[in-house]
Amino acid sequence: MKPGLNRASGLAYTPLNLSRYLVWTCFALVLLAAPLVFTKGAALSILSQIGTLMIFGLSYNMLLGQGGMLSFGHAVYSGLGAFFAIHAMNHSGLHVPTTLIALVGGVAGMGFGVLFGYVTTKKAGTTFAMITLGLVELVFASSLMFPGFFGGEGGVTTNRVRGQAFFGITYGPQIQVYYLIAGWLFLSTVAMFAFTQTPLGRMLNAVRDNPERVEFIGYDTQSVRYLTLILSAFFAGISGALSAINFEIVSAENVSAMRSGAVLLFVFIGGIGFFFGPLVGAVVGVFFTVMLSEYSAAWQLYLGLFFIAVVRFAPGGLSSLLMLLLRVVKFGKFGRIRTPLLALLSCTLFGLLGLVFGIELLYHLTLDAADGSVVTLFGWRFDTHSALPWLAAAAMLLLACVGYRKTAPAYMALWGEVNADIAAAVRRDVA
Amino acid sequence: MNALELKDVRKHFGKSEIIRGASLVVTKGERCAIIGPNGAGKSTLFNLVSGRFPISGGDICLNGRSVAGMRPFEINRLGLARSFQISNLFEKLSVYDNLRCAVLYALGYKYSFWQRLGGLRDAHERTEQVLEDIGLQRQRDVPAGVLTYAEQRALEIGITIAGGADVILLDEPTAGMSRSESDAAVELIARVTEGKTLVMVEHDMSVVFGLADKIAVLVYGEVIACDSPANIRANRDVQAAYLGEP
Repeated sequence: MKPGLNRASGLAYTPLNLSRYLVWTCFALVLLAAPLVFTKGAALSILSQIGTLMIFGLSYNMLLGQGGMLSFGHAVYSGLGAFFAIHAMNHSGLHVPTTLIALVGGVAGMGFGVLFGYVTTKKAGTTFAMITLGLVELVFASSLMFPGFFGGEGGVTTNRVRGQAFFGITYGPQIQVYYLIAGWLFLSTVAMFAFTQTPLGRMLNAVRDNPERVEFIGYDTQSVRYLTLILSAFFAGISGALSAINFEIVSAENVSAMRSGAVLLFVFIGGIGFFFGPLVGAVVGVFFTVMLSEYSAAWQLYLGLFFIAVVRFAPGGLSSLLMLLLRVVKFGKFGRIRTPLLALLSCTLFGLLGLVFGIELLYHLTLDAADGSVVTLFGWRFDTHSALPWLAAAAMLLLACVGYRKTAPAYMALWGEVNADIAAAVRRDVA
Repeated sequence: MNALELKDVRKHFGKSEIIRGASLVVTKGERCAIIGPNGAGKSTLFNLVSGRFPISGGDICLNGRSVAGMRPFEINRLGLARSFQISNLFEKLSVYDNLRCAVLYALGYKYSFWQRLGGLRDAHERTEQVLEDIGLQRQRDVPAGVLTYAEQRALEIGITIAGGADVILLDEPTAGMSRSESDAAVELIARVTEGKTLVMVEHDMSVVFGLADKIAVLVYGEVIACDSPANIRANRDVQAAYLGEP
């Protein structure tokens, strides 16, 4: 990091950030091209779900990552936004075009942000977390008490093909819904990033780091949290409305603590310390909940284990791992860690394979016993009643553990060395 | 006019009374040092004046206006800023951002989420000015948490003065510094508080006598003397209570 001389002189105090435009262009291109690359069966539906989850995750990270507010009830805003959106779609008198339904959800989410946020943001820290947990239970309970609005157990359904087709766009085909979501995702991401570059956005970081000092430089920490929550609820509402259009159904599950917990999980996995962390988290989240659940009944176990692994080994989330690796590459030191890293990774992968093997055998033995004792895994057939596959799984795990024990300490030491070198280089740059 | 006036201020925590009717007048532009033995209540007094704790009795007036019962940010907006004895920074933010946060409210940007930080020319210029004043230009992009101790103390003072408050409270600004660091700090404080009202708590007598126009001696929650440095040095009560043998 070099102190920017041109900035210090005060002449060019806002250097044109070309790389930033480049990043946004790439992001737009990826969104445009994704359906052309992933063309298999459910790919469009999966991409659409990733898109809505990305908006939801980014809005959640405004609270957690940027403001240090651990909310257990963020689905309240996306869910209520979704309900208002779906009612707006079903209402015969309202002629809000489907393209703009997201705004209905956004405004509804924001409205509830104004209402609930006033209570929740009065306190920070654990108190805030507890109040949001109470709130989400409250809203979930009321959703079952008012079936007229919330649709009871079955939820509210809609038909997204409505009104006049606009240039042939009916939102019937999934590809049109995908591009609708992608468009809103792009706009929301730009808006939420812009928020981080405003006075309120920076004060939010200050409130996260040191709320006490903020009070002594003229800011009411509660107002900072409250305004942020309102804005965050707006984007949560947008994501809720888009999921209503995508699934054509909204139910009590949309406002549940489960949904709120899921977004916390995914955002944390993605990494709360970086703006783009929730984007990574959304991909991982949909991978586990939508794709992996197709193949394995044990997907929740895998998600839980993966989450624990992230918390234990990469508390900054996947994006922090990525950024640390990129930093090593940038300083030209990747060559030093490549071989031990590959050894460590292959050990881990081998152990993972053994673990999955064992878990799948166990699941088949205990849950699918009615289908007979033969299970097909990785294209092979195994008999859960014979000892051999169990022994093989155990042996793989054991071998991997031994390998990990052998390779990990050397790698850790090397990793520490490399990073110390980089830190020293950075310090030399400053001093 | 009196910049700051404490009228019979009292504070008790539970049954123990820490501040027992402290009275003090600081006129505009004056530099007042508060000294006193450990546990005399100097830091508590600062916490009362800056609104960190509510007072139990008496009144505190800032520029003639009572600030009793106000929250810290309200008092700050009326023109009083304070530093902390233990550096109280935004550790993950850069030095530049630490200072910029401190100028935003005073420049009227408040809770704006419709303006781009990078485009706020006056905030940028003010921040660069303070950065230069406290001599941390080279560290502008470094997170505050990795600064050296003396640099953190300088940043602490920078954040305090950045908002342009006219009454500055400094709580032991040179605590834990070496002789040369402390000399540099005195010079820095004198420079950045030029024309402002300064109240500071300080243990280091060379700092006190180097900076203060007036010294207030706080013993057991009461101001027992308040006078020019020369008179305080000669005061028998003060010698007995605090300075020890002359």
